[in-house]
Amino acid sequence: MSFTVLWLQSGGCGGCSMSLLNAEAPDLYTRLRSAGIELLWHPSLSEASLDEFVALLEAIVAGEQALDALCLEGSVMRGPNGTGRFHMLAGTGKPMMWWLAKLAEKARHTIAIGSCAAFGGITAAGDNPGDAIGLQYEGKRPGGLLGDGWRSPAGYPVINVAGCPTHPDWVTDLLAQLALGDVDADALDELSRPTTYTDHLVHHGCARNEFYEYKASAEQLGDKGCMMEHKGCLGTQARADCNIRPWNGAGSCLDGGYPCINCTAPEFESPRHRFTDTPKIAGIPVGLPTDMPKAWFVALASLSKAATPQRLKDNATASIIVTPPGQRKKAGDT
Amino acid sequence: MTRKLYGPFNRVEGDLEVEVELRDGQVSAAWVNSPLYRGFEQILQGKPAEDALVYTPRICGICSVSQSIAAANALAVAQGIERPPNAELVTNLILACENLADHLTHFYLFFMPDFCRQAYASAPWHGAIAARFKAQQGSAAVSMLRARAEFMHITGILAGKWPHTMSVQPAGVTTAPTAAQKVELLAILGGFRQFLETQLFDDALESVAELASIEVLARWQVAHASSDFAAFLQLADALELHRLGRIPPRFLSYGAYGVGDDHLFARGLFDPVQGVGSFDSSQIAEDISHSWMLSQNGPKHPLLGTTSPDPEQQDGYSWCKAPRYDRQVMEVGAQARQVIDAQPLMLDLASAHDSNVKGRIVGRLLEIARLVPQMESWVRQIDPKAPFRHAAAEVDEAEGEGLVEAARGSLGHWIRVRNGRILNYQIIAPTTWNFSPRDGQGTPGALEQALVGTVVGNDGKTDVAIQHIVRSFDPCMVCTVH
Repeated sequence: MSFTVLWLQSGGCGGCSMSLLNAEAPDLYTRLRSAGIELLWHPSLSEASLDEFVALLEAIVAGEQALDALCLEGSVMRGPNGTGRFHMLAGTGKPMMWWLAKLAEKARHTIAIGSCAAFGGITAAGDNPGDAIGLQYEGKRPGGLLGDGWRSPAGYPVINVAGCPTHPDWVTDLLAQLALGDVDADALDELSRPTTYTDHLVHHGCARNEFYEYKASAEQLGDKGCMMEHKGCLGTQARADCNIRPWNGAGSCLDGGYPCINCTAPEFESPRHRFTDTPKIAGIPVGLPTDMPKAWFVALASLSKAATPQRLKDNATASIIVTPPGQRKKAGDT
Repeated sequence: MTRKLYGPFNRVEGDLEVEVELRDGQVSAAWVNSPLYRGFEQILQGKPAEDALVYTPRICGICSVSQSIAAANALAVAQGIERPPNAELVTNLILACENLADHLTHFYLFFMPDFCRQAYASAPWHGAIAARFKAQQGSAAVSMLRARAEFMHITGILAGKWPHTMSVQPAGVTTAPTAAQKVELLAILGGFRQFLETQLFDDALESVAELASIEVLARWQVAHASSDFAAFLQLADALELHRLGRIPPRFLSYGAYGVGDDHLFARGLFDPVQGVGSFDSSQIAEDISHSWMLSQNGPKHPLLGTTSPDPEQQDGYSWCKAPRYDRQVMEVGAQARQVIDAQPLMLDLASAHDSNVKGRIVGRLLEIARLVPQMESWVRQIDPKAPFRHAAAEVDEAEGEGLVEAARGSLGHWIRVRNGRILNYQIIAPTTWNFSPRDGQGTPGALEQALVGTVVGNDGKTDVAIQHIVRSFDPCMVCTVH
């Protein structure tokens, strides 16, 4: 028996699907096959289109086709005025949100792929012109399309694979674990995100950790120093394993020279200040690590700042290593 | 006369609905609807100008880097700054990586699987094509995904990740590849070249890039019959894809891959009568007479235009606006870029058969062959010791225009800044050009024109032709309905 997956898209950018194609060693199809997962339909990957696809949806709603996991990528578009007209599912004359509610009744598990489907995400930024919400959250507030008390036929809330975009492994890990029957209550965190990646902080494994230790800070994007003090980096609070599990073979936002914007969290899209600024009160960043007494943080920071090696001070505000560790022989030296 | 509704289309980015009027089994008119609205232009209003670099890439997960570059270019104009040569090289490499990965995804995952359908089961070529290109099962699927994912390591090194990077900034790039990473980039490109030269082309990229006429292509196709490109060309002959989705070749390209003051692929226009012409962005105006938008006083240049949804708009049938250049419908994309750049084979194809399904596919594959050697050259030109960015600038009050060529064609951002915040932000995406609704003169958009004349049969069941035409544009609806 294969584990059947239906993947739909609504108010989003398709980036989580595109990121999924980056799965490697092994590739996406080999991963799915080895876990016994059958993609009943995916917008980028399936042959079936038009009437064939609508017939599949109808068969699921009628209970004629079993469905193990309904995945939604993109937010639920509720506007304008609660009609859902901002996303009518083409060819059906019905709002996508109508289809989602029907299908969620039948699927054993309902999964939000990405922060839009989970919480509203980028599509809900600003004045939220589309009235975009998540499947079971509206920003930080429980509720969303299905309501706080909703549970899937398997007994779970909507599983929120949050991220903007999602790492391919976050998605394939969850689907494979569900197919294996390895998901229990401990597998989800307080926002119903898989703990496989949210038991970590983005800070873990960050290549800038030595700069963090000594509070040697970047002043511009692309500087090698720590981006927490001035450039808005939220890596010490953000829940994800981005610096443990590389992106595209070798990267992460931090390795790319720009700050973590905490994209796995609800309402990351509306920080109330420039994304690349650190808000401060009396010169001290307001968003310090949450599970550490603030006074200790400030005391340790001023101690470590006083002890910062010259090497780190030099490199922190440069885009390449200007002062390497150790002493180097110059060409021509004997 | 009957009307038929087609939707939802998959293997396009986002949601799409097409309504056609049929007369004797032939399409006599078509209406293209983008049924999703998100409102990015409204979201951006009042945000700090630099935050556009966080929001706009997230318009689209498949053209994310193109959106980044358009935003960074618009901000750079507003701030009056330029990027150093190293940053230009890195930006070109990230963009080329995204664009070529998109071309590959389009060919193998979006376009070719339609020929594996049961509807073609009796065709002599069907068995071999289905074995190679069948959705999720064909032999090409796994090898293509592996080649693509490894190729995307270029973005891991130069952009941190893909999609949704912030590495492209108005004053430069935030990555500074080391000497070791430079070698790694060359190795990645070598691996990608190997996939292309053994599977897609069965020939050296340089030889494919130099294909110069329809006649030369016909000989090439025989000599490299085992390649995936030749498999497509054989199909194209059998199904006469050069007659499908045919419209006059009126092309636009903003110019791709900045090299100093110039572009690797030329900026300009192409017109069947006048040939290649020069481009002036003040001639762009967006018409909303058939969009679900609050009416405005005539077509507007995007610096002056606004975006206010109104689902009750009487003549509206799409969330997409209708951009026009000097009141003309334009087609954008790889075919347009390569014709405007005067690639000889593409000029020959366009003069013989106008714009059509085959030309759109050949344009993309040719672009892959032309661009990978260029990427190798860009990597070699990177100087790890020279700067990758200038000092960042801020701006209080200014306006800017950011133009770029995404995989699917011309993408423009227009920004007006007051007190450091976004007063107005307008976006015209490639598929907004190609899939626009009718304008105030009643002239249909490029796809609407391309569908007319298609034979589908009165029962509408043999509608694969419509799908070939739609997908030949590689539409990106999520960009369109930003």
